[in-house]
Amino acid sequence: MNWPHSIVGREAWQAAAARLQAGELCLLGLWGEPGFVHMALMQSTSNECSVLSLACESSRYPSVGRLHAPAQRLERAARDLYGLEPEGLADARPWLRHGGAYAFLPTEGESLHQIPVGPVHAGIIEPGHFRFTASGETVVRLEQRLGYAHKGVEALMAGASLERAAQLAARVSGDSTVGFSLAYARAVEAALALEAPPRAHWLRALMAELERLANHLGDIGAVCNDAALSIMHAQCGQLREQVLRAAQACFGHRLMMDCVVPGGVLRDLPADGERRLRALVARVRAEFPDLVEVYDNTASLKDRTVDTGILTPALARQFAAGGFVGRASGRNFDARRTPGYAPYDKLAFEVPVVQAGDVNARVWIRIREVEQSLALILAMLAQLPAGPVRVAVAAQFATDARAGVALVEGFRGDILAWVRIGAGGGVERCHLRDPSWFQWPLLEAAIEGNIVADFPLCNKSFNCSYSGHDL
Amino acid sequence: MRRLLFRNFVHGPLTEAAPAPDDAALAELASRVNQAARRRLGRTLAIREVDAGSCNGCELEIHALGNVLYDLERFGLRFVASPRHADVLLVTGPVTHNMREALERTYQATPDPKWVVAVGDCGRDGGMFAGSYACVGGISAVVPVDVHIPGCPPTPLALLQGLLALLEVVSADVTQARTDKREEP
Repeated sequence: MNWPHSIVGREAWQAAAARLQAGELCLLGLWGEPGFVHMALMQSTSNECSVLSLACESSRYPSVGRLHAPAQRLERAARDLYGLEPEGLADARPWLRHGGAYAFLPTEGESLHQIPVGPVHAGIIEPGHFRFTASGETVVRLEQRLGYAHKGVEALMAGASLERAAQLAARVSGDSTVGFSLAYARAVEAALALEAPPRAHWLRALMAELERLANHLGDIGAVCNDAALSIMHAQCGQLREQVLRAAQACFGHRLMMDCVVPGGVLRDLPADGERRLRALVARVRAEFPDLVEVYDNTASLKDRTVDTGILTPALARQFAAGGFVGRASGRNFDARRTPGYAPYDKLAFEVPVVQAGDVNARVWIRIREVEQSLALILAMLAQLPAGPVRVAVAAQFATDARAGVALVEGFRGDILAWVRIGAGGGVERCHLRDPSWFQWPLLEAAIEGNIVADFPLCNKSFNCSYSGHDL
Repeated sequence: MRRLLFRNFVHGPLTEAAPAPDDAALAELASRVNQAARRRLGRTLAIREVDAGSCNGCELEIHALGNVLYDLERFGLRFVASPRHADVLLVTGPVTHNMREALERTYQATPDPKWVVAVGDCGRDGGMFAGSYACVGGISAVVPVDVHIPGCPPTPLALLQGLLALLEVVSADVTQARTDKREEP
């Protein structure tokens, strides 16, 4: 199933920007290629998705970010990568392209001081720079500077074979390797009007839920660790390790890298795979409730997470924040439901949503999603259809270039993949949009008015991807 | 909380003893590292991790080294928050151009004697990202590397094996340095 695609003029482009500003549309992505700019949109009420493309005369196009702030970083990135100038965008600074001094936004006021952090951080995390402006202990502004992990993925994909591009997609963000591989594979299949075998859909979803489980468990523990409750970190960490070992036993790789490919999955479950996964679910179900109880009943921990780093529902809606970040701030959206894809259309599951928007709310959404993923894994094992797990892709090529697009739910939120396959069967262009593009700016908003010491908690509760964003 | 603590008290540590093949290798590593560290080095190694543009897959497995099953610190290896406290830089990624200067400055901020471990296939030669306009490609193109740990990403066990190899190199250097010192008049 592919989305409607229109090549529009400047007027229609600007009309879409105005509808984004009015909240009638959600921005799913904005990306460029030489001479063209593209935008993926979703109707706010009906959740219908579409792609708009605009030819850029003299490499210029009307800025969407001028009216709709969530587009600004995407437009700065497209300018850096393809030389496309967004007319009317006030921010002329580069984003992914570094080199030379960077002008941070000026701050004025009495008794303000700045704290520069990164790109090399104190912990084992990815590179990025945070510029805090604080009044005493209180953060009055955080400005992020990203792009340190920019590897030139889009340029490497242009002209690559489908197989090589799949490997690159799997390494856009290692913690979401299943999510990105799935998004890429579904986009390729949409472009070629190819359907993976039923069993492949179910195995893909099994992997996606294992990935969600592993990341949620690890991050729930890490948030608690940032509030110095190390027992949660230790317990969640060992449960995460059990998930990774089950993934290794069932799919041959702890992170399940390169397991999802266009046309299906690389290998079927081994003979004892189902038993391994059932044992995993039983173990997590036996141990996790005690950890939830510790989280819920430790006053010193709750003191740190409740009312900390509040993201308002209005901002979550404006930025179309995906995943647990959006769902902890009242945005009821999950790509597994809408637009939805196999096999989730045949499975019953809840999408937890709360309104509070603080660190505590984001932790609770993830706790609830752990429970949902465990139930989903059992339901999938019970209904797993028989049959082949992969179809050949090579035979499906046509003589003309074809584009395909897909939206899938990674653990962080909705991942957008857009790919155009050339007549020769290779990738002409591919754009992969991590959920973090729309979550990073919200972290800047959420930290405002909090104390500097609570930043690690806020940051970990968002857990945005640097590599996925920097591409 | 009390129930959890009591259960942990009764069950004992989760850190793995020895059964399956991987675990046996881990246990074997544990004794070798301990002997090498105690007999020759008599100290611990402080490690500073630097992400020079990885996909974060390597970071996930480096994190896993610290979980209770692998329990890195029992080998005398620990992560520190500043390069100024470090003996070892554990570097991941194909070294993006945007991280090159930060990596160089981190290296310069680390006191001698120091060693560099390049982690992952990207760290060796840029891996999947070799040839990109945005990557230097390989950590040794920017700072001298003592040990490579291959893998995409390397498993925690492979990381431990690599760090053991480093310990052997380091302890040999220290033995040599002591010998040199004794020979001075």
